[in-house]
Amino acid sequence: MDFLNRHVRATFVLPAVIFVIAMMIVPILYTSYLSLHVWSGSARRAPEFVGLSNYERLFTRDPRFGDAVARTFVFTGIAVGAELVLGLGVALLINGKFLGHNLVKTLILLPMVATPVAIGMAWLLLYEPNIGALNALLRALNLPPQDFLGSSSTALLWLAVVDIWQWTPLMALILLAGLAALPEEPYEAARVDGANTWQRFTRLTLPLLFPTIIAATLLRSIDALKTFDIIYTMTRGGPGFATETINTYGYIQAFEYFQLGQASSLLIVFFTLILGVSLFFIRFRRRWGAAL
Amino acid sequence: MTTNYAVQVPRSAVSLQAQQRRLHRALLSALRYAAIAIVLFIFLMPFLWMLLSSFKTQVDITNTRNIFNFTPTLENYQNVFQQYEFLRYLLNSFAVAALSTLFSLILGLPAAYAIARFRLQWLGMILLTARIVPGITFLIPWFIIFSRLGLIGTLVPLVLSHMLVGLPFIAWIMIAFYEELPIELEESAKIDGATPIGAFLRVALPLSMPGVITSAIVAFIFSWNNFMFSLVLADDKTRTLPIAIFNFLTYASVDWGGLMAAAVVITLPVLIITLFVQRYIVRGLTAGATKG
Repeated sequence: MDFLNRHVRATFVLPAVIFVIAMMIVPILYTSYLSLHVWSGSARRAPEFVGLSNYERLFTRDPRFGDAVARTFVFTGIAVGAELVLGLGVALLINGKFLGHNLVKTLILLPMVATPVAIGMAWLLLYEPNIGALNALLRALNLPPQDFLGSSSTALLWLAVVDIWQWTPLMALILLAGLAALPEEPYEAARVDGANTWQRFTRLTLPLLFPTIIAATLLRSIDALKTFDIIYTMTRGGPGFATETINTYGYIQAFEYFQLGQASSLLIVFFTLILGVSLFFIRFRRRWGAAL
Repeated sequence: MTTNYAVQVPRSAVSLQAQQRRLHRALLSALRYAAIAIVLFIFLMPFLWMLLSSFKTQVDITNTRNIFNFTPTLENYQNVFQQYEFLRYLLNSFAVAALSTLFSLILGLPAAYAIARFRLQWLGMILLTARIVPGITFLIPWFIIFSRLGLIGTLVPLVLSHMLVGLPFIAWIMIAFYEELPIELEESAKIDGATPIGAFLRVALPLSMPGVITSAIVAFIFSWNNFMFSLVLADDKTRTLPIAIFNFLTYASVDWGGLMAAAVVITLPVLIITLFVQRYIVRGLTAGATKG
């Protein structure tokens, strides 16, 4: 006990550091090692060293990868873009006091804490072309029923809708916190100068909220790029490969095809990409740190 | 609302204008409540639909003309627990979430305390990285290592992998918490003869209980919801609820009522927890995005 007290920093930090090294850093190194090999996971055949050829194949001879990358960015762009606009709308709507303010803030939390797989299942039923509620609604309105996830041209969009439904509340709540922290004085000055509501919104609220908007957008983008649960459970990347993203392609290559070397090279590229976006986020935060 | 004209007789022009303004304001407020109601409906509808369908027979679900005209049945819930053994998966989910949260707290609380008190920013950054890196990057090495060690089929790989989900949340919530905690109390405890470890255990830890509970709840929910890690690291016996519900889909024809009952079983605990501790959860989810 005496020894532990004399080395109090190490005592407090070492268990967590050992855990992180064992569960995170070693696996990343192992994945990088495998990315230079061909291996099916067999215990009898050791990984065969092939240099950078997995990477070379990924970028030059694997159109499925390029498509998955493009889809990942399209999905993220649509989802996060819509979440930002709708989230800002919801934040402005519920900003300030009204009857049931706290209840509303609690209830809109539910989509983002609910289990994604269960949400995927509920939306599968809503999207079901024959018995689903959405087509029933469309028929009642005399509109043509949709194929939703069954059509390869629109499936990715409908998956993005689920993500938008699930994560718009988070965007709204972050922006709401940002709105609450805005200074009063500029608004009083604007009122004296006779600025109308729209002018106050575009000339004051948006610029003042800008750091929060960027931070929330980047935070959401990092997560949206990694979306796996709803895509894999609702479409498994289909129909065909129409909704396959980097994450689901990597999973399928690793745990359905057992192309562990090829999958590892893909995962290292994915890892680097996410880390790049995150570093951008961290640098941005440092620069605008005071406002966040 | 009645206006007392007797008092303000000569200024009828002004009062007309005031009356108009009041009407305008009442209209705006009514519009706002209507918009809030629509927003709430959109965010809650999939849950309500899920709940409604879970009490319907397959025939009633297929009938989209009479949505509310059906005799509620508990058959789906009975099936879920008897035919599909959901009780076992429920217990697995609970055990994994509770154990991974507990161990994450044991590792994370001292680390967060040390990061805050000794300004070990580098460690804070590493723990944040665990939140950012795509989880799939670790999965191939984990799967290989845990298979070799013969641990697939036990709860060990599930608890360890879920800790990597919980630990970053706990660390980030608690670093902020300990940074705000005044150091004087610990110092006076040390003057009274407490060791550094004693000062943490008897002074800082009890004072930080609200933060500990918050972060524990967030870690529990994220473990409960986790799909990808359990998909690879669980076998038939150690399956958690998200995997069990996903396996529903692989049956030839989808038992929608059962699927929705299963979705309710998995979502309900999370939703109930959230209703009680909502204000802490926003803080947990945005950890790292906003300060405090």
